[in-house]
Amino acid sequence: MNATATDTHEQHDSHAPGLSDATAIKIALILAAMTALEVSTYYVDFGAFFMPVLMVLMVVKFFTVVSYFMHLKFEHQMFKLLFYTGLGLALFVYFVALATFKFFS
Amino acid sequence: MTHRCPVAKKRKSWRPLDDVAVLANHDTGHDTGHGHSTSTGLSNNKMAMWLFLGSECLLFGGLISTYMLYRGRITQGPRPSQIFDIPFTSVSSFVLLMSSLTMVLAVTSAQRKDNERTKLWLTITALLGATFVGGQVYEFTAFYNEGLGFTTNLFSSSFYTLTGFHGVHVTVGVIMLLSLRGIISANKDTGDRAEVVELIGLYWHFVDIVWIIIFTLVYLIPA
Amino acid sequence: MAIIERPAPTASILLRAPVTPSQSMGIVRRPVTSTGWKSWVFTVDHKKIGIMYGVFAMFFFIVGGVEALLIRLQLATPDGKILSADLYNQMFTMHATTMIFLFAMPMAAAFANYFLPLQLGARDVAFPRLNALGLWLLVSGGLILNASWFLGGAADGGWFMYSPNSGPVFSPSNGVDFWTLGVQIAGFGSLIGSINLIVTILNMRAPGMTLMKMPVFCWMILVVQFLLVFSLPVITVALVLLTFQRSFGATFFDVAQGADPLLWQHLFWIFGHPEVYVLILPAFGIISEVLPTFSRKPLFGYPFVVFSGASIGLVGFGVWSHHMFATGLGPISVAAFSIATMAIAIPTGVKIFNWTLTMWGGKIWYSTAMKFAIGLIVLFTIGGLSGVTHAVAPSDTQQTDTYYIVAHFHYVLFGGMVFGLFSGFYYWWPKVFGKMLNEKLGGWNFWLMVIGMNMTFGPMHILGLQGQPRRMYVWTEARAGEGLFNFGFWNRVSSLGSLILAIGVLLFLINVVHTTRKGKPAPLDPWDARTLEWITTSPPKEHNFDRIPVVHHLDDFFHRKYQEDATTGAMVQIATGEQLVRDEEANADAHIHLPSPSYWPIAIAIGVGTLGMGVVYGVPIMIVGVLIILGSSFGFVLEPSVADDIDYDPPMSGGQETKELAPLG
Repeated sequence: MNATATDTHEQHDSHAPGLSDATAIKIALILAAMTALEVSTYYVDFGAFFMPVLMVLMVVKFFTVVSYFMHLKFEHQMFKLLFYTGLGLALFVYFVALATFKFFS
Repeated sequence: MTHRCPVAKKRKSWRPLDDVAVLANHDTGHDTGHGHSTSTGLSNNKMAMWLFLGSECLLFGGLISTYMLYRGRITQGPRPSQIFDIPFTSVSSFVLLMSSLTMVLAVTSAQRKDNERTKLWLTITALLGATFVGGQVYEFTAFYNEGLGFTTNLFSSSFYTLTGFHGVHVTVGVIMLLSLRGIISANKDTGDRAEVVELIGLYWHFVDIVWIIIFTLVYLIPA
Repeated sequence: MAIIERPAPTASILLRAPVTPSQSMGIVRRPVTSTGWKSWVFTVDHKKIGIMYGVFAMFFFIVGGVEALLIRLQLATPDGKILSADLYNQMFTMHATTMIFLFAMPMAAAFANYFLPLQLGARDVAFPRLNALGLWLLVSGGLILNASWFLGGAADGGWFMYSPNSGPVFSPSNGVDFWTLGVQIAGFGSLIGSINLIVTILNMRAPGMTLMKMPVFCWMILVVQFLLVFSLPVITVALVLLTFQRSFGATFFDVAQGADPLLWQHLFWIFGHPEVYVLILPAFGIISEVLPTFSRKPLFGYPFVVFSGASIGLVGFGVWSHHMFATGLGPISVAAFSIATMAIAIPTGVKIFNWTLTMWGGKIWYSTAMKFAIGLIVLFTIGGLSGVTHAVAPSDTQQTDTYYIVAHFHYVLFGGMVFGLFSGFYYWWPKVFGKMLNEKLGGWNFWLMVIGMNMTFGPMHILGLQGQPRRMYVWTEARAGEGLFNFGFWNRVSSLGSLILAIGVLLFLINVVHTTRKGKPAPLDPWDARTLEWITTSPPKEHNFDRIPVVHHLDDFFHRKYQEDATTGAMVQIATGEQLVRDEEANADAHIHLPSPSYWPIAIAIGVGTLGMGVVYGVPIMIVGVLIILGSSFGFVLEPSVADDIDYDPPMSGGQETKELAPLG
């Protein structure tokens, strides 16, 4: 127990190195490209793919920022638990509430 | 200064909570300059910030749901398709997205203890944020002039409330960024500087991800 | 709730710092006094904050109780004349709001604030100044809520304030505005408090105290704070929508514009149902400490009690629509929520089972605290069973908005929550104030409350099943019915019961006054207790523990006193509580770090209150509020958590009372 404890302690007492600046810029470029693709749906008719494309891009952008810019991917499980519990509960209660208004049908 | 040893990085599996143990002697650790160690080894401040952001998910979730429920209920006044200026909003969305990048650069500079760069990137982030808020003020004014008041219909009330709440969050963020820059200049900060920059960064990125959702659900998908 | 402080034993290693004000932000001198009113108003000590939460909550318990008595007086006779219909509406609205937001939650916060660090073996909470901010925001919200009585009438829409009834058309007075703002601000304080307490529990435990060696009370508080963190933002949204509608003309609940007033109900109950567990779980935590202590046995099935508490919390987020069965949700929603609601009975049943088996075979000491704990088990079970009848949707449709509902939630809230809190009063009074509450008066207190509570709320089952609607301000003899089910008879019984209940509560207050004046000093370990808060003096020193305990067992204090005899297997006493405390004093830590008091929490709370009043009284006041918030936030951020040496007069040599804490704390 003591060994584990010390281990945990050392891991987190100091600061994360963070993303390298180069990686951060690459990710930002990818995000920019995805935004451009999103905006293009305004000019080009995507037909049946319109909604799925926008939804997928939105979700991918969301988790890219959370995982890399907010660094959550590399953080302790505890932080993931705290944030994703909030996110998960929000999705659950609001989807159910909107469903009772027959929003999705 | 390393965050995790390589071995720990591989261990992806969930560690049982009761194994996240405890050794800190709260009272003799006044020498490390890192604050005292905690039961989980995690920073109090970061834990509080992540909890706050988890809580904010439910706040914005509620506002977004209200908007989604009411988006099509337009009894009078202009329709969103008539007044939304997608190219303009796309540019301001892009500005906010890029401010997340500059915020990351501020955080990495702070972790390298590079005060000049930190201040520079904080200022640029704040300016980008202020640009976004300015764009929103311009947009609101334009919509108002075209006949979409706060009280016009259900769509307008929920639209202004949602985007207005987001705008207030960005404004608070800009104030925090500029204050932090000033505090660093004056060398008046009371804690671990890199961590404070990181905390404000977390808040800033959160505001950005909320806008990612708003931009898609409110602007790109027609009501 | 008088405040008694026993002088600290001279053996204390802590020399108090010479105290004179100092500077913070270079403008204002920092408060450093340790006596007088300033030591309370600007304190960041979790124990003082806990006591202030308690005093605040007790005051509003009396206010809410008087409101309840007026309601019962009005209904004691046919065609009651005590209250007008309008005043009656205000009375039941404010009774519920006061009891929930200004008594139950603050009293739970009082226990949590005071005992969490003590049970965890910590010297304070994770963010002492945020802790103070939470308290003062609550006070600010409570004042705004009750200011409405004097500024044109209180809110009158019922505590769940359904729209469109709460809109400007049907509720033209400012009452609802004060209500939304007051609840909003109190909720904001609660949110800050909950983040603070979660971080405290996760991060501030004594060495060796893993989560599964933590007292059940801490576990239940942890679950409650998670419920608050994730449910308060939802009510925030609802209140914002309502405020914007009432003050700025938004259309959210305007049916003429095509709005869905059910949106309010969803948002309210997504918050409101977890809130129900926010109210009851602290009481569950308290009696999970009291029952083992007075049964002289460890808690039966500790992990089951912990995990059933956590699952009550989690499932509690998926059942909110059972408050809305009568609104026409459609069969699928109703069935799903009905099943989820029934599922909550399982973990609750597990808890009742474990408490009962904790007592089974124990050497039970029927102290007042134990009586209240047993009272909780019995009365909460009754309320829980009538709750299951609401989970059955067809049955609920009959009971909605009748007195049967009123009977149910008073059994769980009064019989459950209030009895749990009273159990906590009697159990922990000697710890907090160093004096024993009188056990004889306590016995009267308990039995009068049991009799009064059953006489008040028991008949409401019958009244409800007979069809008396809740919130009806008069009943008439002509329509009261006959025989055993006569409205008049049962209403009179209920009103008489409420008087007995009031006398019971009054006896508690008399007991407090009596104890304060004449009570004997409490022994250090009066109950032969099990958890760490008893390993220090009563009342605890400012720094809680002379040395931070190292934990090896669940119920570590008990295991320091008793060891298993190798041959017989029986637990044999090896030390007394007094010996252990003296031992700690003899081995005290040399350097103890405590946070310094601060002006800024109360200053921010004043700013928030001003901002709230500005929503009603105009933009200039709002601007003043924002400026106060902004200015004091800068003070807050720029202030080191410990006073500089220069802040003392004469300047301190350093090291004596320094501490380091989180910069935003």
